[in-house]
Amino acid sequence: MLYSEKVTDHFRHPRNVGKIEDADGIGEVGNVTCGDIMRIYIKVENNIITDVKFNTFGCGSAIASSSMATEMIKGKPVSEALKLTNKAVVEALDGLPAHKLHCSVLAEEAVQAAVKDYYDKNSIEYDPLDFAIGCSGCGGECEV
Amino acid sequence: MDIYADNAATTKLSRAAKNAMFPYFDELYGNPSSLHSKGQTVKEALNKARDDVARAIGAKNSSGITFTSGGSESDNQAIISAAEIGAKKGKKHIVSTEFEHHAVLHTLERLEKQGFEITLISPERNGIISVESVKNAVREDTALVTVMYANNEIGTIQPIAEIGAVCREKGVLFHTDAVQATGHLHIDVDAQNIDLLSLSAHKFHGPKGVGVLYAKRGIPLTRLIEGGGQEKGRRAGTENIPGIIGLAAALTDAVSRIDKNTRDVGAIRDRIIDGLLEIPNTILNGDRENRLPGNINVSFEGIEGESLLLLLDDKGITVSSSSACTSSSLLPSHVLLAIGVPREVAHGSLRISLSEYNTLEEADYIISSVKEVVSELRDISPVWDDLGKGVRNHVI
Repeated sequence: MLYSEKVTDHFRHPRNVGKIEDADGIGEVGNVTCGDIMRIYIKVENNIITDVKFNTFGCGSAIASSSMATEMIKGKPVSEALKLTNKAVVEALDGLPAHKLHCSVLAEEAVQAAVKDYYDKNSIEYDPLDFAIGCSGCGGECEV
Repeated sequence: MDIYADNAATTKLSRAAKNAMFPYFDELYGNPSSLHSKGQTVKEALNKARDDVARAIGAKNSSGITFTSGGSESDNQAIISAAEIGAKKGKKHIVSTEFEHHAVLHTLERLEKQGFEITLISPERNGIISVESVKNAVREDTALVTVMYANNEIGTIQPIAEIGAVCREKGVLFHTDAVQATGHLHIDVDAQNIDLLSLSAHKFHGPKGVGVLYAKRGIPLTRLIEGGGQEKGRRAGTENIPGIIGLAAALTDAVSRIDKNTRDVGAIRDRIIDGLLEIPNTILNGDRENRLPGNINVSFEGIEGESLLLLLDDKGITVSSSSACTSSSLLPSHVLLAIGVPREVAHGSLRISLSEYNTLEEADYIISSVKEVVSELRDISPVWDDLGKGVRNHVI
């Protein structure tokens, strides 16, 4: 089969789907002409991500990657969410096909974008080097 | 429910083809090149299959029929042969279209590297190649015009006879990739001025791995496979006898029901098109009238095709999408881009391709399931959210 059981499960029954109207941070990455956009909403209390939701336009692995990434940062300190790597998302999903790896990169970047938005809104200082956001262009160009 | 609606990808083997093939897997295993009776019995069956195919496509005699491994091989051999004939006369220009199958486009790319000049005509917005554009593209040094009979993604039917007439008038060879058309539309190579034609058995309920290259009398073919003298020296290798027998049986069967299927399958197609176009911000890709009886290709704004395909698969509906995510290239379909579908919409495309095995009841289930899945995916789509809020503008 194209996808692992984990990917299929997260695609068919995505966790944390939706929006948070009064979100503390919103991150959006991707490009509609490339075929995938992810938007992640976070709610932060005492530096802990107490709630997280996502909306994704994209293929099965993009939806599954968003779902898994939100599960992995829920209830975690913001600083820890920032350390989420695409590799960790891929491992948690029991792998992705090679040409779908960029979906996990988008998930990592969407989380970082949401955290960055939270920092910016609350004037919290941060090291810009902690944010690797900047992948432009479609697909394979940002695979790691 | 288990609904197979990906017949443009491949079809179920017909009973006629299956029954015709069985003996050739069993007691009729002789090599047609052998002189003994075991071989000659099979040789006779091979000859009969060739006659049947010739009759099915309106060829006057069967000598123009070469059995190949399928549509891709036939396309390769047709184009390479015509290029070689042209090159001998100093003609190194080929006319084709932007939305051909890759078996054609990649062969042309190779010839381009070898010094040929290729002109690719853009289809009109409705997915039809205008005869005028072919007329304008043909030059003194044009060796070949190759235009598909019907498009594999959007099912649009091209004005083949008229293009053939232009080529005849200008003295240029004309090839058509009729892989999607054969068995579904009437073909008459003589009346339609077709010099070379490719077809593939598994698109009309025949077996996989076997096809035909038709070449009009007097057109020498360049061998792609060297070896023995099979197929009048045009293609070496012991013939795929069960495949060839299955191809001929499936083709004869399909051709006998073209008119009935055009009517009946066409009615199912129309019901599905009408049903799906009720979904807001949805377009039909390709001309509504000039399209294969079984082809439906629609794009839904705000969603991506692969997730649509997978969720329909869960509901027992087998379809296809030409979104970037369904290919390993990550590029949206060259066919949809060629007819001017915006990139973001090309990602949300769905192809449903029917056969005579589908029913009107299945059509209703397909319509309700697609409506359900589209709305489910739009609910979680940030693009759809933005379109609703007016942050992003609708493009369809």
